[in-house]
Amino acid sequence: MVDAAISAPHEVAATRSRGGLRRAMQRKSSVAFFMALPLISLIVLLVIYPAFYSLHLATLNKSMERFVGLSNFTFLFNRQTFWLVVKQSCIFAITAVVFKALIGFIVAHFVHNIPAKGQRKWRGMLLVPWVIPPAMSTLAWLWLFDPSYSAFNWVLAIFGIDPVPWTGDAYWARFSVILVNIWIGAPFFMIMYLAALKSVPEQLYEAAEIDGANWWQRMWYVTLPMMRNIIAITALFSLIVTFANFDIVRILTAGGPIDMTHVFATWSFRVGIEGGDIPLGASVSLFMVPILAVAAIFILRDITRRGSEV
Amino acid sequence: MANIAIPAASSAQAAGKPRYGSMSRDRLWALRWSYVFLVLFAFFFLLPPIYMLITSLKTSAEISAATNPWWVFHPTLENYRELLTSNQYLTFFRNSAIVSVTVVTITMLISVPAAFALSRMKFWGSATLATGVFLTYLIPETLLFLPLFKMFAVFNEWTGIQLINRWWVLLVLYPTLTVPFCTWIMIGYFASIPKELDEAALIDGATWTQTLTKIFIPVALPGLIAATIFAFTVSWAQFLYPLAFTTSSDQLVLPVGIITTLIKGDVFNWGQIMTGALLGAAPPLIIYAFLMDYYIAGLTAGATKG
Repeated sequence: MVDAAISAPHEVAATRSRGGLRRAMQRKSSVAFFMALPLISLIVLLVIYPAFYSLHLATLNKSMERFVGLSNFTFLFNRQTFWLVVKQSCIFAITAVVFKALIGFIVAHFVHNIPAKGQRKWRGMLLVPWVIPPAMSTLAWLWLFDPSYSAFNWVLAIFGIDPVPWTGDAYWARFSVILVNIWIGAPFFMIMYLAALKSVPEQLYEAAEIDGANWWQRMWYVTLPMMRNIIAITALFSLIVTFANFDIVRILTAGGPIDMTHVFATWSFRVGIEGGDIPLGASVSLFMVPILAVAAIFILRDITRRGSEV
Repeated sequence: MANIAIPAASSAQAAGKPRYGSMSRDRLWALRWSYVFLVLFAFFFLLPPIYMLITSLKTSAEISAATNPWWVFHPTLENYRELLTSNQYLTFFRNSAIVSVTVVTITMLISVPAAFALSRMKFWGSATLATGVFLTYLIPETLLFLPLFKMFAVFNEWTGIQLINRWWVLLVLYPTLTVPFCTWIMIGYFASIPKELDEAALIDGATWTQTLTKIFIPVALPGLIAATIFAFTVSWAQFLYPLAFTTSSDQLVLPVGIITTLIKGDVFNWGQIMTGALLGAAPPLIIYAFLMDYYIAGLTAGATKG
């Protein structure tokens, strides 16, 4: 249809100036290149170059004058704190993402259940934790977890429960850090899953109901397969963001007590900026790459597959 | 959880004769339970901001008193008055505002033409570049801040231009966070515009720039607004880059400013910290309150468009 519409003027033009047309096409691609040039230079200069530069930095000594090969890495491997950070980053990211996904999934169902008229209002309220800048809301949590004035402990005291050392005890501190991350991230899952729920055709549920499927069967055979893509891609996105998270741990515990809540990002900041050892910090942050790369490959596969379907 | 058990029972009866009465009663219970749990979750999600507000209305004396922390006995706006007349806090706010608005402008100037070129005007490597833009969006800032820090230090040695500890260094850094995502969602929005539209314009003799400004930008305006909101909220909330790159108190932006200056040693002035944090959270919240649908469109576009 389109071809028919534009081929008519082309035929007229083509007989007269085939060379002019080709020149115009050449100009089009060079115009396009210039339009994309700022983007290309930004990505090359400020993302790709630093990414490779950090590989180079990781092979230098602390004053960045001498090439030391892999000794930064062997130094890290022999340090207990490093393995602690590896373990904590994994616990932090996996636990937080699982709970964010679960809570997001459950809340999305409740919002989906209520009449469409009220959904907007509830959705609006439930997304607030995601909208507040994380640094600001983590401060509120820090105050809620305050060792001497914790408002949570005040409530617990009414029920005769001893004060909880929210950020003072290593295991409680890990719990608190994960809790805050879930609080910030769950609304994002809720929004994504709600959008996915709305895209499931109502007829599928009606058909399942006629076939006598109960609530679990409808969930297992209709809802989950239809949402599988969104569930996976949201979880992968969140895994990347959570694994590389900095703000929450930095503000809530700054890695303490005794390094028991450090993750890769906060520890590389501590070592690289505060400790002044940029090469060692860069080496630490490079250990995020494998997990990020795996998640990115899966996301990319999904995106390109869907792109070719459409 | 009534809605789990009862549909099974009613489906067993469905073989005999349909009982509409019980079905609607199930629905009613499902609805009630949904509301109960929604109220619980909303309580959990809104608790910290509400507690921020409660604390911000208290005096230091009341905060350190052993009274009910969840109630304000002597409400006062003293914290707000003090912060809004403090030069330091206003400097943070001004820095944040200038940085965010400028970054939004830079982002749009870079990503809109690039998205147009990538979605409509194919050139050598354009498909690879589109994928590359998306991959760039997945690289976290925590991986790049150390090499960038060193790069700027070297840049200073070479040219004598001091970038570290100047607020404008953020104008260089923030676009790395905003441009890839904005370009990505704009490619999605532009790709959804029917080809007939720009072909008609080209036949009528419009140039590529005219096609972009007269057709693509107006038609993709919702996407443009979503991208703008995204760029603004990301620049407003960014914490790692200003913490690593700026230290003097007159160069700080809001998130870092509140944390480094209002916390003095072990003395926490919680009334002022909560007030500062609440005021700092206000601009994104206000934008969200008025443009919620665009905000959510931008949020879901990242994973669903493409």
